[in-house]
Amino acid sequence: MDTNQHGVPATAWRKEKDARGERLEAGGKFARGKMVKPGDATALLEAIIRPGDRLCMEGDNQKQADFLAGALAQADPKTVHDLHIVQSGIVLPEHLDLFEKGIATKLDYSYSGTQGGAVARALNSGKVQLGAIHTYIELFARYFVDLTPHVALTVARAADREGNLYMGPNTEDSPAVVEATAFKQGIVVAQVNEVVDKLPRVDVPGDRIDFVVQSPKPFYVEPLFTRDPAQVTETMILTAMMAIKGIYAEYGVKRLNHGIGFNTAAIELLLPTYADKLGLKGSICTHWALNPHPTLIPAIESGWVEQIHSFGSEVGMDEYMRARPDIYFNGRDGSMGSNRMYCQVAGLYATDLFIGSTLQIDLQGNSSTITQDRIAGFGGAPNMGCDAHGRRHPSDPWLKAGREASDGHPALVRGRKLVVQIIETFSEKMVPTFVEKLDSLNLAEKLKLELAPVMIYGDDVTHIVSEDGIANLLLCRTAEEREQAIRGIAGFTEVGRGRDRKMVERLRERKVIRRPEDLGINPLDVHRSMLAAQSVKDLMRWSGNLYDPPAKFRNW
Amino acid sequence: METLKIKHTAKSRLAGKKDQAIIGVVASGNLEVLLERVLPDTRCEVDIATTAEGFDDTWKAVVADFVERRSPGGLRISINDGGARPDTVYLRLMQGAALMEAE
Repeated sequence: MDTNQHGVPATAWRKEKDARGERLEAGGKFARGKMVKPGDATALLEAIIRPGDRLCMEGDNQKQADFLAGALAQADPKTVHDLHIVQSGIVLPEHLDLFEKGIATKLDYSYSGTQGGAVARALNSGKVQLGAIHTYIELFARYFVDLTPHVALTVARAADREGNLYMGPNTEDSPAVVEATAFKQGIVVAQVNEVVDKLPRVDVPGDRIDFVVQSPKPFYVEPLFTRDPAQVTETMILTAMMAIKGIYAEYGVKRLNHGIGFNTAAIELLLPTYADKLGLKGSICTHWALNPHPTLIPAIESGWVEQIHSFGSEVGMDEYMRARPDIYFNGRDGSMGSNRMYCQVAGLYATDLFIGSTLQIDLQGNSSTITQDRIAGFGGAPNMGCDAHGRRHPSDPWLKAGREASDGHPALVRGRKLVVQIIETFSEKMVPTFVEKLDSLNLAEKLKLELAPVMIYGDDVTHIVSEDGIANLLLCRTAEEREQAIRGIAGFTEVGRGRDRKMVERLRERKVIRRPEDLGINPLDVHRSMLAAQSVKDLMRWSGNLYDPPAKFRNW
Repeated sequence: METLKIKHTAKSRLAGKKDQAIIGVVASGNLEVLLERVLPDTRCEVDIATTAEGFDDTWKAVVADFVERRSPGGLRISINDGGARPDTVYLRLMQGAALMEAE
């Protein structure tokens, strides 16, 4: 027998490869070449999946391998069971059906969005054994270390007969998922909208794809990044003006990422109007790691933006992006190409500011979007919203933030990423955003989680913006100052009314707290007419009708 | 409908010459604010009619903060509230004061 010098037989080095051969052979019974009929999808999955497998069904906060997820949920739990689901999103009811039926038992994921309530219930009932809630790139990183999928179910717009895939603007997580699975001898199945002879471009090479199923329906994509300008309130406009004047202009922020909330949409809609009046064009907001937000169209059309790299796409933006190749990253075929892994890394290392909103923030500045009965997960925010300690290139905003944090020790100044939380002191139903204790801590106790889910840790947050003021946490020197800086902008919430008024006034003198009037914001400018677009239809007009909003946003 | 009257002594007369201003709309989650320069220079009175009951302490806190930050001496302010959040109320008061200061 062929052995190495320690007597280990050669076959011992290719167990995974042999297992792959067996799975391929079993699955091959349902395929012609790589093509599998949609009606055979469940049988195919039962043939290639083994009990206990780590499995990734693609789908994040945008595109979904929904047909394959449904096919797997139909599998016989006597054949396919105890799977360990390792995937970005638990966002379809079918994802949770797997746990209900015992097809899956363990879960490592990032994001749950609308299924947040169902995830919490499933955890509570013990049907889901939770590993961890990750950020996107943290989970992708684990695909290459200790959570490599045995089987991945990916999703593309089109395939050719060799299994080459075209994903167009919705490339998203696929390259990372497919590479980790395919190069570790796993099996990759693709759901596609159509099979064609010639693809516009190849996003994933066919030699990484084992089976292709043409779905009866196009895959689902959530238009998660569309914010209707009609819903932007005056309080949001006020906080957006404060962020522009008190942070963007102050630090000269050119490279940045925005969260998906209405508060940051308001900033985007104020660039061609309010920020233009302040003379900031060209000195802020030029380079972005950002999904194709429709609300950025007016700024793009007004010449504010130089370039945008995206994690994923956005429904209705295809033709607009195709027509603006200088702005977006477009392939040789002309359509945009996204990549969540690359863009998350870009946001981590190459931007100077992250700004996003949250549901709860505590007295140390820790924030969470998790409430008593909903686990929405993280997605990318904790990665965008943290200081990358591996960063070694300087920039003006980064150095200025570092100097503010360090008490000016000129021998060794380390920069800081600006991590900004922009919020309203109360949410819609008079629920205070500022709290003494995050609900996520209570939830962690209830569910016995080892790690309480915190969206952004207080020590990474540099500024909190509310309609009441900006708290610059970089300038706080003690825990007490930090707490009072936060109380000092917490408005009329209980936390805000519990402030030490004298200390807050001293912090204001030191510019740790800055109120709208300190920034010279005229309250009469705080008006919806200040928004570059006041409706989705306005966004269409700005785009020269290239933007094609999804039906649910067409309310005219 | 609940009504509430709050009286304050302001540090000084609000600048400007306008006798009267009105801002906002009566709508759910919004409010209308009428400001009249009819009181002695350091007096300020706020009359509130609101559809949301049980928020007296919040109203008092909002008005006290407004008086401290803007010193609206000489003004009688009448609020017709449709259940607006405190941040909206505060913004309207600040807008009203800015209107009264306009020449």
